[in-house]
Amino acid sequence: MTAPDTGDRTPGAAAGSQSSLATALTPVLTVAVSLLGLCLLWGFAANAWPSRAFPGPGQVWQVLLAEAASGDLFYHLGATLGRVAAAYVIAMVVGSVIGVALGSYRSADRFFSPWVILFLNIPALVVIVLAYIWFGLNEAAAIGAVAVNKIPNVVVTMREGARALDPNYAEMAAVYRFGLLDRIRHVLLPQLQPYLAAASRSGIALIWKIVLVVELLGRSNGVGFQIYLYFQLFDVAAILAYTLAFVAVMLVIELLVVQPVERHATRWRRRPA
Amino acid sequence: MQPVGAVVPLRVDIAEKTFRSAQGVSITALQDLSFEVRQGEFACLLGPSGCGKTTTLRILLGLDKDFSGSFQLPEGGSNRIAAVFQEPILLPWRTVEQNVRLALPKSLRTKNLDGLFDTLGLAGMRSLYPAELSLGLARRAALARAFATEPAVLFLDEPFASLDERTAERLRHLLLTVWSARPTTALMVTHNLREALMLSDRIIVLAQRPAHVLGMFDVRLPRHYRNPQVMSDLLRSFHQKFPGVV
Ligand SMILES: Nc1ncnc2c1ncn2[C@@H]1O[C@H](COP(=O)(O)OP(=O)(O)OP(=O)(O)O)[C@@H](O)[C@H]1O
Ligand SMILES: [Mg+2]
Repeated sequence: MTAPDTGDRTPGAAAGSQSSLATALTPVLTVAVSLLGLCLLWGFAANAWPSRAFPGPGQVWQVLLAEAASGDLFYHLGATLGRVAAAYVIAMVVGSVIGVALGSYRSADRFFSPWVILFLNIPALVVIVLAYIWFGLNEAAAIGAVAVNKIPNVVVTMREGARALDPNYAEMAAVYRFGLLDRIRHVLLPQLQPYLAAASRSGIALIWKIVLVVELLGRSNGVGFQIYLYFQLFDVAAILAYTLAFVAVMLVIELLVVQPVERHATRWRRRPA
Repeated sequence: MQPVGAVVPLRVDIAEKTFRSAQGVSITALQDLSFEVRQGEFACLLGPSGCGKTTTLRILLGLDKDFSGSFQLPEGGSNRIAAVFQEPILLPWRTVEQNVRLALPKSLRTKNLDGLFDTLGLAGMRSLYPAELSLGLARRAALARAFATEPAVLFLDEPFASLDERTAERLRHLLLTVWSARPTTALMVTHNLREALMLSDRIIVLAQRPAHVLGMFDVRLPRHYRNPQVMSDLLRSFHQKFPGVV
């Protein structure tokens, strides 16, 4: 957060919508200015050392526009984004369930802990290759391989979260006979929220990088496939265009989805995280 | 077994409850603890600190099943139980009103709570989060939650501890007001004798650990007669019956 002490986050403050709009825009503006600075630096460097392997931002922008106009850009971005989303959802759900179970039952944790360490240390590439060999070059193998790479991380984080659960809330819920869904929604998830947020953050970053590898090795579309294609053509401008386009998409998701969701989830704290 | 629909009291018959600490030391918290609370009666469990009062309530609430003996809960109309714990234990991420409504069974979720919130002085605080409440207000919210469920039996564990005396006194009166509007069988833990004499129909006096019943003290007087004069008489006769206690 840029300004933790602006003091205008109080709900229903008299200053109202104008200042809250400013608060909402400040992080976006900061990000824009900072990225602009990076672009200028890049342009300057590309001018100083002109080379086909190091195009300036202008060239990359041209390629980006051309790819967008032909529709290719959106097709491949969409394919990659779909895989990222699917792998993310699977990894978060499976990893959370396993993590919470391990955090809640000590004996299960003692037994499965070595498995978790083993899976944490298997290289992503090995999982991908094995998945393609065992299950064929298909979408399920691709997404599954990415999810399996991420699941041990989620397990470890959510296990910490489950260990930190306050038994008082569970007992209160037991006395008042909360249903299973209410328990999950109103007792369990809010307590796990900081851990879910941490796992999501590191998760999305890790997952999209692995998705590119998966696409490079065994898919015929997606950003990873395109980068591989342009690598063979030695077209650095196109490689950068696809990479930056996808980074931009992830940034927009972070700003427009992740951060607002997090602000909403922590609104009950006196000072939002 | 009781015939269906009969008025069943709260009956407690715990033979023994032993804790085993991490170092392997075992502590017997309860031994041969048996008593009854009649239907619609407000009873107090009075005993020294650490004697096993919270342990008893946890067993009755079904939170601790590792004991020998048995107990029976009253079943007047609903078979719901409600508890006000030693700490308020409100969900910090839900508003006061959501905290209360979440504790209600589905059939009562949308019921009108205006009267209850008004009585407890919480009318303006329904949309606040627990972090925005003082301890006294949080305790009131916990009381609201307990009474909103229209329980067959209500357990309270020192609900007025660590409040200043004036706030505690106000809350005791509030508790009496909501309880009188719908008298449920209630069992309240306390180590405050004055509080017990003011609120209860009968006081169950517990011994030092391991807790067992030393005796009963019945307060037959209606509550509105318990003025300061009468209270000091009650105190005197309690001390006569239980010399050395409290
Ligand atoms: N989980 C536990 N493990 C081991 N011993 C325990 C445990 N819980 C309680 N005890 C022991 O049992 C005894 C009774 O505890 P309990 O909390 O019931 O006392 P209490 O009467 O509620 O005291 P207070 O008035 O201070 O709240 C204490 O001596 C305590 O040390
Ligand atoms: Mg206690």
